[in-house]
Amino acid sequence: MAETDHHAPDGIPHDAVPLDTAPGDSREELLASLKVYIVGLALAILLTATSFWAASTHVLWPPGVPIGLAVLAVAQMGVHLVFFLHITTGPDNTNNVLALAFGVLIVFLVVAGSLWIMANISANMMPLEMMDLHHQH
Amino acid sequence: MFGKLSWSAIPINEPIDMIASGLMILAVLGVLAWVTVKGHWPYLWKEWLTSVDHKRIGVMYVVLALVMLLRGFTDAVMMRIQQSISVGPDSGYLPPEHYNQIFSAHGTIMIFFMAMPFIIGLMNFAVPLQLGIRDVAFPTLNSVSLWLTASGILLTNLSLVIGEFARTGWLAYPPLSELKYSPGVGVDYYLWALQISGVGTLLSGINLATTILKMRAPGMGYMRMPVFCWTSLASNLLIIAAFPVLTATFAMLLLDRYLGMHFFTADGDGNPMMYINLIWVWGHPEVYILILPCFGVFSEVVSTFSGKPLFGYRSMVAATMAICILSFIVWLHHFFTMGAGANVNGFFGVMTMIIAVPTGVKVYNWLFTLYGGRVRFQVPILWSVGFMVTFVIGGMTGVLLAVPPADFVLHNSLFLIAHFHNVIIGGVVFGVLAGYTYWFPKAFGFTLDEGWGKVSFWCWFVGFYLAFMPLYYLGMLGMTRRLQHYDDPSWQPWLIVAAVGVALILAGILALIIQLIVSIRTRDRRRDVTGDPWNGRTLEWSTPSPPPAWNFAILPHVEREDAYWQVKRRTREERVAAAKALVYEAIHMPVNSPTGFITAFFAVVTGFALIWHIWWMVALGLAGALATTLIFAWRDESEFEIPAEAVAQADRTHQDAQWTGAAP
Repeated sequence: MAETDHHAPDGIPHDAVPLDTAPGDSREELLASLKVYIVGLALAILLTATSFWAASTHVLWPPGVPIGLAVLAVAQMGVHLVFFLHITTGPDNTNNVLALAFGVLIVFLVVAGSLWIMANISANMMPLEMMDLHHQH
Repeated sequence: MFGKLSWSAIPINEPIDMIASGLMILAVLGVLAWVTVKGHWPYLWKEWLTSVDHKRIGVMYVVLALVMLLRGFTDAVMMRIQQSISVGPDSGYLPPEHYNQIFSAHGTIMIFFMAMPFIIGLMNFAVPLQLGIRDVAFPTLNSVSLWLTASGILLTNLSLVIGEFARTGWLAYPPLSELKYSPGVGVDYYLWALQISGVGTLLSGINLATTILKMRAPGMGYMRMPVFCWTSLASNLLIIAAFPVLTATFAMLLLDRYLGMHFFTADGDGNPMMYINLIWVWGHPEVYILILPCFGVFSEVVSTFSGKPLFGYRSMVAATMAICILSFIVWLHHFFTMGAGANVNGFFGVMTMIIAVPTGVKVYNWLFTLYGGRVRFQVPILWSVGFMVTFVIGGMTGVLLAVPPADFVLHNSLFLIAHFHNVIIGGVVFGVLAGYTYWFPKAFGFTLDEGWGKVSFWCWFVGFYLAFMPLYYLGMLGMTRRLQHYDDPSWQPWLIVAAVGVALILAGILALIIQLIVSIRTRDRRRDVTGDPWNGRTLEWSTPSPPPAWNFAILPHVEREDAYWQVKRRTREERVAAAKALVYEAIHMPVNSPTGFITAFFAVVTGFALIWHIWWMVALGLAGALATTLIFAWRDESEFEIPAEAVAQADRTHQDAQWTGAAP
């Protein structure tokens, strides 16, 4: 539970602050962060609209559509991470970047490992074509 | 109106069940009556049940764990008695369906409700003190975590009185755990109890990881953290990464059971093997979630009682973090025989052997710390040395089982049972008991009795070997796990030896109880006035025992590792000058909140209603939990102020005791 600070941010009375603020945030910084959210929202909508268009149009080469959708999906993730979750390369962001890297690594290990294991799980079974099912009554 | 619930849910016709539940109800009523008669309710409610103080939450976790140790151990005793008599024409005293519930309950309780709360309790208690801070990152959430864990425990124990528990083993493999083969409420009790307590565990993992990453004392860089904080960090990262997998896997099994889906059914294109794959994606990191904090405890204990800094601090940190990652690429070794080919089995077998390397590094580090030190053989170091001997044997049988061809011979046998009890008792149980003895004086202000502690250690140590070495041998003879009855009379002598071993462990547990009673009765003679009973090296020993709610009057400035040792090495003049320079300020602490307790109450209502399909009660429980959260979100007062004078007075009293009582 983030403990709310009882003191107003420097120089700004409580009622003039439009958004949830942390101590030391100035009005300019607040407006700048609002701009980031708006840019992010616009990009996210654009990418979503493009995905729907790509899926429904006949203009594109059909086998390329799934690849295109995957690329758009990854771009969408990037937009969310940068504009909404504020992942940057700045020095104060090391924890977030490391947490993201750890998460991506674990998801990769679990998904890739599970696919590999489940694809291989019948390795010791006799191939279907060698089983003579007609002899079983 | 009441779903599947009716009077027939109470097992009137089963004497063992009725006696067990009768005793349990009597014990609970007895405690409640004692608290009421003595008039302790206001104190208990204000100071403990609604407390958001990390130290008290930690203590309550450990109390839960100790009670559940008794419950899980009772199951173990029942199994050992059954197996020592149930041979040939004699079928023992437990019918198969009851025996199956007992081994399922034993595993579930010991892992989820004994080991996990004990570990989380120790981390909660010690990590903020070692980091030199006043509380965890989210104090009220911490209380919610505790009470959700308690909810899961309550539901599991309720199954003894109303209905039944799962008969499916501690991981409830499908297709046996699917509706078709387990139509009763046992599996539902298992699943909902673990879902609710799993949320609690995940929340406390997030809480502690945030605390360690964001809230260290000034100057405490990562490479100055005590090793226990490092291993706690690794353990909590693993909780955050692994517990969602468990929740998702159980959620899919619940969808199968409640909504007729086919994730893990044998028909309808389901695949039970996927459940086994996913449960061990969680299950193997879980092993390290339990053992890593214990490695931390041993590091603290070995260093303190040898009077030396830990040997190879950096390699210890590197080994911990290597285990943290590697523990996610070994899970297939739990099901080598499920059908995968040589490539897959080979890869996971090799990874399993590799993960033994960082563990080996740690063992050498502890040995080199002991080497050349003035070792004081008090109870915590006995547990640590006992651990090193025992754990190495368990580790070696583990590496043996990591060889797929050997595993094909030994899997599902008592050899496996002996192996994992060897690492869990020798590692986790010895570890938490070392931590319990080590931090008890910090928590309560007096030390535990040394003599009874040694009796307990030796009973546990010898009892463990008597109870489990025969199982290695029986496993190689071909005895499989979970047998309610067997035909080969040549196995019986070994199982009788194992039962004697369990009797010795029982003596060890009784010695722990006597130790606690004796220590409480003689507490005035064993007061820890300096706050530093073991000549410790880390910051928790710089606080009074027990520490005030705010832990540190002034947050310490850390200049290197073993922070308190550096303070103790200062000259008297430096200390006096430092004390004079202190400026005390008022401290803001979070107010206590019943949110955790009330949320958990509604979680129990919801869980119970889901188990018995009482849908209106499900809605009621969820609405109650939501309302509790909203009321908390709109609270007006979140903190209270401790005036600077009170802080100053408490700290000066402590400093006098600290520097006159003990000569470092």
